[in-house]
Amino acid sequence: MSPRSTWRQAGLLVGPALLLLAAVYLYPLGRLFVLSVGGGPGGAGLEAYRRLAESSVYVDVLLRTTRISVVVTLVCLLAAYPVAYVMTRVGPAWFRVLMVFVLLPLWTSILVRTYAWMVLLQANGVLNNVLRWLRVIDEPLRLMYNETGVVIGMAQVLLPFAILPLYASLRSIDPRLSRAAQSMGAGPWRRFYSLTLPLSMPGMATAALLVFVQGLGFFITPALLGGSRVITLAMVIETQVVDLLDWSLASAAAMVLLVLTAALVVGFDRLVGLDRVWA
Amino acid sequence: MSEPLVTLRAVSKHYGRAIAVNNVSLDVFEGEFVTLLGPSGSGKTTTLMLIAGFETPTSGEIRIRGASVVSRPPEKRDIGMVFQSYALFPHMSVFDNVAYALRTRRVPSTEVGERVARVLDAVHMSGFAERYPRQLSGGQQQRVAVARALVYRPSLLLMDEPLGALDKKLREEMQSELKDLQRTLGVTTLYVTHDQQEALALSDRIAIMNAGDVVQIGAPLALYEHPATDFVAGFLGDVNTLDGVVAGAETGVVRVEIADGIEVTVATAARPSAGKRVRLTLRPERLDLATTGGGGVNCWRGRVRGATFRGELVRYDVELGSGVVVTVSRPYRGQETIFGPGQEVFVRSRPDDWRVFG
Repeated sequence: MSPRSTWRQAGLLVGPALLLLAAVYLYPLGRLFVLSVGGGPGGAGLEAYRRLAESSVYVDVLLRTTRISVVVTLVCLLAAYPVAYVMTRVGPAWFRVLMVFVLLPLWTSILVRTYAWMVLLQANGVLNNVLRWLRVIDEPLRLMYNETGVVIGMAQVLLPFAILPLYASLRSIDPRLSRAAQSMGAGPWRRFYSLTLPLSMPGMATAALLVFVQGLGFFITPALLGGSRVITLAMVIETQVVDLLDWSLASAAAMVLLVLTAALVVGFDRLVGLDRVWA
Repeated sequence: MSEPLVTLRAVSKHYGRAIAVNNVSLDVFEGEFVTLLGPSGSGKTTTLMLIAGFETPTSGEIRIRGASVVSRPPEKRDIGMVFQSYALFPHMSVFDNVAYALRTRRVPSTEVGERVARVLDAVHMSGFAERYPRQLSGGQQQRVAVARALVYRPSLLLMDEPLGALDKKLREEMQSELKDLQRTLGVTTLYVTHDQQEALALSDRIAIMNAGDVVQIGAPLALYEHPATDFVAGFLGDVNTLDGVVAGAETGVVRVEIADGIEVTVATAARPSAGKRVRLTLRPERLDLATTGGGGVNCWRGRVRGATFRGELVRYDVELGSGVVVTVSRPYRGQETIFGPGQEVFVRSRPDDWRVFG
């Protein structure tokens, strides 16, 4: 086949999706960019970005958003690793049970799950009542309307995005490697940190990327579980657009989020390779 | 002989109702090279995995240096293992792969460096210490896998079809290298293969397995010359197998009719009764072809049906009449006439070369 007709075929195959993306994604994105540099009182310029950078409120929000995302990523990795590991070890029947438990939350509305967490975490919620009944605590723990609550809720919502790539990565490790190590005298712990852990690094990186990037833009869960005390970047954007009608500042904040995410994705591609995300 | 290094006593392994290994008993002595040889599914790899500890026997006893190891995990059995897939650690350099077992044993790093260098030298891989497994050819990976299993001097080396993934020429090269290495280091080796040539070339003793049983154990020459069953005769080397009926027996010989008017005289101590159905085997290279016949026992007139030139030998299919076809293998050294199809020949064999199985 000539290069030319290969290009034409590729164009025909990818074209419709590209057109759709251009219409519903690239165009609005372009508009957003134009708004962020053009809407200020001083005309076109970096006015909105300057306002973002100069206000300690917005810098704090950006730092808090990043911090929450980092903590959520760590919690997800720690919680997901044992689950993914067990999934590679059990028989097909148990594997199906575990897979349903991993996927079921993914198919449940985030709103529903977040409200469920509110029922569990509030001062008179299930968790506090059980702990008080067990006499572990006297006063109810403050598990909501703070970063703790946001982290708990977000970690649960994002957990499947950590489990699935970790499972794929762990499953692709040749079990004969572990046998070889075992024949050479390596006990379970040495086999884990010398083989399983380093060989599952691509899965860890993928899980971290998926959780962290989604965490940066999370809205519903922090809004409901954090309330007005835990403002994240997505909440700032919403307030600017809905309440203050400051499209320029909202667009600039959105662009910051976009650039941050894009930088992470590019960095990941350089270090690990984007083709490994779903492999 | 001294106490065996490895002892298997009545070892069986069942998977549900399937019997993978059936009542196997085997001794492997210090410094020996023993091969488990058999077709796929004969239980040879399962037997190896039972000794390594990756499988637990359903019944029976496995001892290493006299101590039962059935409840001991693989990492505590002091074995070295080479897999057909090599199983090199992909994220480690050749050096780190080979050093793995030493570091597991907390050998000081200067000594690790010396011992890894020495063993890499022994397998001719000195210049490759910094490479990664994916940068090596199959043969090179195999050498690293062997080095990795030998560097800590395990008391027993287990090899599961280690040359199975290599092409023929490389396989033969590696065979002689492996044999040299094993002889130099004196490491007791249990080797699994389905390749009879490999088994003959490498082993001090061969255990032939079929359908979970060890059918016969012995030195290569002993098995080749005195197979216990027609399965062994057929599996180790090429063989003509002919069924017949005992026509009569005198002292030291049995006469077997294999077709109308074709009687084979077999030298054997056995005295099967007349009329008994028996199976005869004879190696193709033990048959002689000539254009003139001298009569006497085991000399039959035949006709060449096909001839295949193989370089150092020529293989003929010769029809003896009544539909009996035998394969004849004759050496070719440049002087011999090669018979063409249709040629009338005389086929001759010695009574000593035939084996009879009841």
